[in-house]
Amino acid sequence: MTEIIVVTSGKGGVGKTTTSASLATGLAIEGKKVAVIDFDVGLRNLDLIMGCERRVVYDFVNVVHGEATLKQALIKDKRYETLYVLAASQTRDKDALTQEGVEKVLEELAKENFDFVVCDSPAGIEKGAHLAMYFADHAVVVVNPEVSSVRDSDRILGLLSSKTRRAEKGEAPIKQHLLLTRYNPNRVEAGEMLSVKDVEEILGISVVGVIPESENVLAASNAGVPVILDDNSQAGHAYKDTVARILGNERPLRFLDPVKKGFFQRVFGG
Amino acid sequence: MGILDFLKRKPEPSAGVARERLRIIVAQERSTRGGPDYLPLLRNELLEVIRKYVNVDVEAVNINLERDSGHEVLELSVALPEGKTGA
Repeated sequence: MTEIIVVTSGKGGVGKTTTSASLATGLAIEGKKVAVIDFDVGLRNLDLIMGCERRVVYDFVNVVHGEATLKQALIKDKRYETLYVLAASQTRDKDALTQEGVEKVLEELAKENFDFVVCDSPAGIEKGAHLAMYFADHAVVVVNPEVSSVRDSDRILGLLSSKTRRAEKGEAPIKQHLLLTRYNPNRVEAGEMLSVKDVEEILGISVVGVIPESENVLAASNAGVPVILDDNSQAGHAYKDTVARILGNERPLRFLDPVKKGFFQRVFGG
Repeated sequence: MGILDFLKRKPEPSAGVARERLRIIVAQERSTRGGPDYLPLLRNELLEVIRKYVNVDVEAVNINLERDSGHEVLELSVALPEGKTGA
């Protein structure tokens, strides 16, 4: 059976696309057949983070409108052969995606025996975000330890439990996973940043992972290589743990303790 | 961080403030969530009417929607300013 995972947040710039790319790649590393779809019509970005921007010929909207077949539009990843990317269209027409169109594409992916479809939601709570979450079985809600992001996440959690197909049909609710990103244990210890526990308590849901703030995330985007493939970064390892947990395995949370500065750093700064 | 940092006064840790503000706003937004779209408008119009008679603050009108099995209760509370009951 194909499981649909939406990566969403409400607020922009919290790490949805970074998470979608790493999550999809991580599932492919585990041998799953995965498609990752960019729902951000008009602002295509997932292709850049996945490093396949020059291979986009047809996009999601082309498939929905019957201008290309799904097979033509799916871009096969160069690193993992069970991983595919479906790019967003650059059209400015907001109504380019329809619920029926999205459903048709998802059904076709199910027929092709995909294990997972990862839907990278646009920011906001408009149509694109609604369509990205509507058919989902799992939701990964990406949140930063920051007031506006936490508040928006609560809003999104509310929408997930009321405005989705599972909710409307009275089926088992979407499995909600809270992913805390850009976490800085040093600032938490200094009392400058909300802690994991704070965010969990405010939102009433426990985290599926905590991704530490890391310079390697920008480096990974620069290179077009999902950060989960960076074995030298804590963020990469934290994403691997998160994928394992989503697949039902237990992994202790890591990288939550402050990094102590050395003597020279404390004296001379840096 | 540098050698003269100890001379600067440390700012108050702000995470606690963030936590408290979020607790309040999230609880408030959850209480009206899923309710009819007219609730905020209803709240504002009620406030207008009340203000004709008493000078109350925007935050003085509280609307709460509670759902039990089968029925909904719209709870409305207005905090009147002290010492100004009756004209």
